[in-house]
Amino acid sequence: MSISTETAALVKLSAAEQAAKVKAGEVTSRELVEAHLQVIESAEPSIKAFLKVSGDVALEQADAFDAKSAEDKAKLPELAGVPIAIKDMIVTKGIETTAASKILEGWVPPYDATVIEKLKAAGMPILGKTNLDEFAQGSSTEHSAYQTTHNPWDTERVPGGSGGGSASAVAAFEAPLALGTDTGGSIRQPGSLTGTVGVKPTYGGVSRFGAIAMASSLDQIGPVSRTVLDSALLQEVIGGHDERDSTSIPEGPRPMVAAAREGLKRDLKGLKVGLVKELDGEGFQPGVEARFNEAVAKLKEMGAEVTEVSCPHFPYALGAYYIIMPSEVSSNLARYDGMRYGLRVMPPDGVPQTAANMMAYTREAGFGDEVKRRIILGTYALSAGYYDAWYGSAQKVRTLIINDFKAAFEKVDVLVSPTSPSTAFKFGEKMDDPLAMYMNDIATIPANLAGVPAMSIPAGLSDDGLPVGFQLIAPQQRDEVMYKPAAALEAALEEDWGGPIWTSLKTPWLGE
Amino acid sequence: MAEKLMKYSEACKQFDPVFGLETHVELCTNTKLFCPAHIEFGGEPNTQLTPVSLGLPGSLPVVNKTAVDYAIKLGLALHCEINEWSQFARKNYFYPDMPRDYQISQYDKPTNGNGYLDVELEDGTVFRVPIERAHIEDDAGKNTHVGGADGRIEGADHSLVDYNRAGVPLIEIVTKPIEGAGDRAPEIAGAYMRAIRDIVRALGISHARMEQGNMRADVNLSLRRSPNDPYGTRSETKNVNSFRGIEKTLQYEIRRQAAILSEGGEILQETRHWDEATQTTAGGRVKSDADDYRYFPDPDLVMLHITKEHIAEIEAQMPEMPRERRNRLKAEWDLTDLQMRDILNADALDLIEETVKSGATAAGARKWWLGELSREANAKGVSLEELPVTPADVAQVEKLIADGKLNDKLAKQTIAGVLAGEGTPDEVVAKHNYKIVEDSGAIESAVEAAFEANPDVVEKLKSGNMKPMGVIIGAVMKATRGQADAKAVTKIVMSKIKS
Amino acid sequence: MPTFSREEIVHLGDLARIALTDEEITRLQGELNVIADSINKVQEVASDDVPPTANPVPLEAYMRPDVAQTPLTQAEALSGAPKTEAGMFVAPRILGSEE
Repeated sequence: MSISTETAALVKLSAAEQAAKVKAGEVTSRELVEAHLQVIESAEPSIKAFLKVSGDVALEQADAFDAKSAEDKAKLPELAGVPIAIKDMIVTKGIETTAASKILEGWVPPYDATVIEKLKAAGMPILGKTNLDEFAQGSSTEHSAYQTTHNPWDTERVPGGSGGGSASAVAAFEAPLALGTDTGGSIRQPGSLTGTVGVKPTYGGVSRFGAIAMASSLDQIGPVSRTVLDSALLQEVIGGHDERDSTSIPEGPRPMVAAAREGLKRDLKGLKVGLVKELDGEGFQPGVEARFNEAVAKLKEMGAEVTEVSCPHFPYALGAYYIIMPSEVSSNLARYDGMRYGLRVMPPDGVPQTAANMMAYTREAGFGDEVKRRIILGTYALSAGYYDAWYGSAQKVRTLIINDFKAAFEKVDVLVSPTSPSTAFKFGEKMDDPLAMYMNDIATIPANLAGVPAMSIPAGLSDDGLPVGFQLIAPQQRDEVMYKPAAALEAALEEDWGGPIWTSLKTPWLGE
Repeated sequence: MAEKLMKYSEACKQFDPVFGLETHVELCTNTKLFCPAHIEFGGEPNTQLTPVSLGLPGSLPVVNKTAVDYAIKLGLALHCEINEWSQFARKNYFYPDMPRDYQISQYDKPTNGNGYLDVELEDGTVFRVPIERAHIEDDAGKNTHVGGADGRIEGADHSLVDYNRAGVPLIEIVTKPIEGAGDRAPEIAGAYMRAIRDIVRALGISHARMEQGNMRADVNLSLRRSPNDPYGTRSETKNVNSFRGIEKTLQYEIRRQAAILSEGGEILQETRHWDEATQTTAGGRVKSDADDYRYFPDPDLVMLHITKEHIAEIEAQMPEMPRERRNRLKAEWDLTDLQMRDILNADALDLIEETVKSGATAAGARKWWLGELSREANAKGVSLEELPVTPADVAQVEKLIADGKLNDKLAKQTIAGVLAGEGTPDEVVAKHNYKIVEDSGAIESAVEAAFEANPDVVEKLKSGNMKPMGVIIGAVMKATRGQADAKAVTKIVMSKIKS
Repeated sequence: MPTFSREEIVHLGDLARIALTDEEITRLQGELNVIADSINKVQEVASDDVPPTANPVPLEAYMRPDVAQTPLTQAEALSGAPKTEAGMFVAPRILGSEE
């Protein structure tokens, strides 16, 4: 099917602009869904962002929204009627949910995650489930058990991970918005590699109920979008206290939309910005460092006061993360045992056909290499003889990193760094070297360990023509603080670029 | 293969037993510990589940406040220190009846630590059992083994899992090693378990029915030559679920371990099982590093904060504890030690108290529950509580007697009717039209008829020989279908022979 | 400093209930030793005076009221099961009691 110019123009609008058209009666929610389904059909052969497209469900939801009275529509959030894609790590009632693992193949959940309930209540149709590294474990989406997602900027390259599907879908205009989950950078790093906006809210700011657990004390659901304002709008829809999540913050969402709109005025006088000395871009890909420095200069131009801040324990963050995360993974993924849902593999002939062996052979067959690696590592870290040396020490490093942030935020309002040390890499480049893969998250992990909010926005293209991400980090439960400078920087950079970063993106799937 | 056992008295002469009890008490909350699924004993399999108790991907636990309050109550009753901050931890191991393949329990920060319970033995001796902790955890589902003999795990072909019980709140009460019990160790263990049962019932936090698995205990035992020696290697007998079973487990383990040690053998550190059928414990699994449960704080559950104010609130609502209550009732009802023990042995204290509360005299209530009703329960092989008669029914019958509306015989017939399911005492009385015939006319004519039929008896009575009075009364009773009051009959007979 | 022997990987596989192949055991041994090397340095700064953090946001537990909500139906509960019988989940033969 060829994409009409009108459809291409429609899907290139930001979510806020699409919502405005719905509100003005210029377009229906059904038309928005149909436009995106067309793009999905045309783009998927080259992008492969979706594990499952739920077109019928989306159209049904769109029709239900369109049928509402004007009065009822007015009560809904601003994004009402705008469709969204969901990372397949989030549970959707009646729509197959696999976490990109063979062990959950065919599982159709009997319940909705809290964020899905909220999206449904907001009248936002669900386009489908996006690809990821199996159980969100990876930084390239190559660890998906089903397919490899391609980066729209260069289909020979990875989209980052684990949320490569959501990031690519939004970058390729298959969806105006998506949800991701971020445990060590799984929203922000793909955002960086695909030229999109990705936000990890304060830990506890968005309910985790229905987010398949990877590492419970680090996981957060967050928005993926093409503009800062769109992420703010989406975060206000999905955020807030949930009595079904004990780690949910009692207070409601922060005024992020207002902060983003304020930022569009591009006045940052009085804002104190801290450059994290330990993440200053040194040793990063040269193009990454260059774009980062230019963006910092823009912040200064808009009146921000920029200083360098040291977070001396950040060099220990990766080590602490690779103890805490696999420990929690080893326990969270125990339930995939072939008893209640998903795959069951009986032991081969000659091996006793017992429940214990069934579990062991199911897990051997159902999990991929990276997941097994982390489960074994985590099992070790928690085992009796080594708990204190590893898990205990990592929890202490966590305290030290929280203290680093506290000290930094006494001096500055917001911290900045490059999101990822490099631009998108080629398929297979880091698959045989787990450590090199883990290094992708060096700048994003501290925020997860400390539970502080952080986001990545496009900072421009590196010398290789690929997007570079700029990370902003705010104090706990002060998510709005990063939205203002993010929106200001986005506006200033787009002025230089002569439009959004995607004006440089070639989109043959849109018939261009 | 029968194991060698030493004579019990000999074993206790040669060795000093040290034992410990880990008691699991199932709480009677409305919903599960970490999710709002309603709990009901019985019920269709796998119908009392939410995504949380089925361990579905993405589901998260949220603590039930009532379960925590129940734990605090028990902590107060056991004189524990209630920790201001406590924490849930994951105990990781794989088993088909565990929906998440980890149990959520408490590890290094339990809600209740460091308490004691004074246990009264039959001869009135009071023994103090030291309590290490009483922590909160969730239960697992139930496996039914299919294809083997009588539902046993050995030889079964496969198992069916019902997760209804998964997530039911439990409190595990762990004693410190109990020393100085000597040959009374089994008796102390039994008394301790009964005391726990009475306490949790008094607190209203558990049904504490051992036969339904509401309460079960792991029994640890080690022996040493002298109280000055360090502890020996212990065995752990799992899931013993009757009071007698606990006593017998300890007796058996003392005899078994003594036989091994006296021959210079070594005790294996293992888990064992009490077999009710053979009255023995059987060896299970030897403890190994496979028991590495990899405890760590559950990241889905943040710290529990229990304020002093909240503890004070609960403390103010604590009911009277069983031992104090027993002493009070014994005085109020004017009972001897022996009478009180009979009540306790019959498990009738609650029932009698309820009956008295419903208006009966203590003596009247005791007579019914320890007499007629105990016989009935024994005959049927059920507990008094399980009889289809309530304390209110008994009190009602007592009232009918006191009001002169029933005599003893009719009262027994009325209770029999209640037990037979014919309704309340009033309904039974109405149905059979039981009543003491007060109409003296009717009695008089019956007496006259009896006089006519038995002239020789009348002669004897008139001559002052009262022995054959029964003949007349019997005849009158027969004529009035038992509804005449014997006293009234006697009165009329007396007046007639004098006239 | 911890190093992973082959036996250790086999043992961890048992604890984690994964029937690792010989090839996987060999590969994991190499990889985990490299990873362990790089993460061991957490011990350098984890001194006794630093308290541990289990959860990044300082919250105390919300406790829910003891009120029942609609449960899953039996059909929903069993809907994902690999094997069922008589309204229950089927487990292959269970060897001995684990607990």
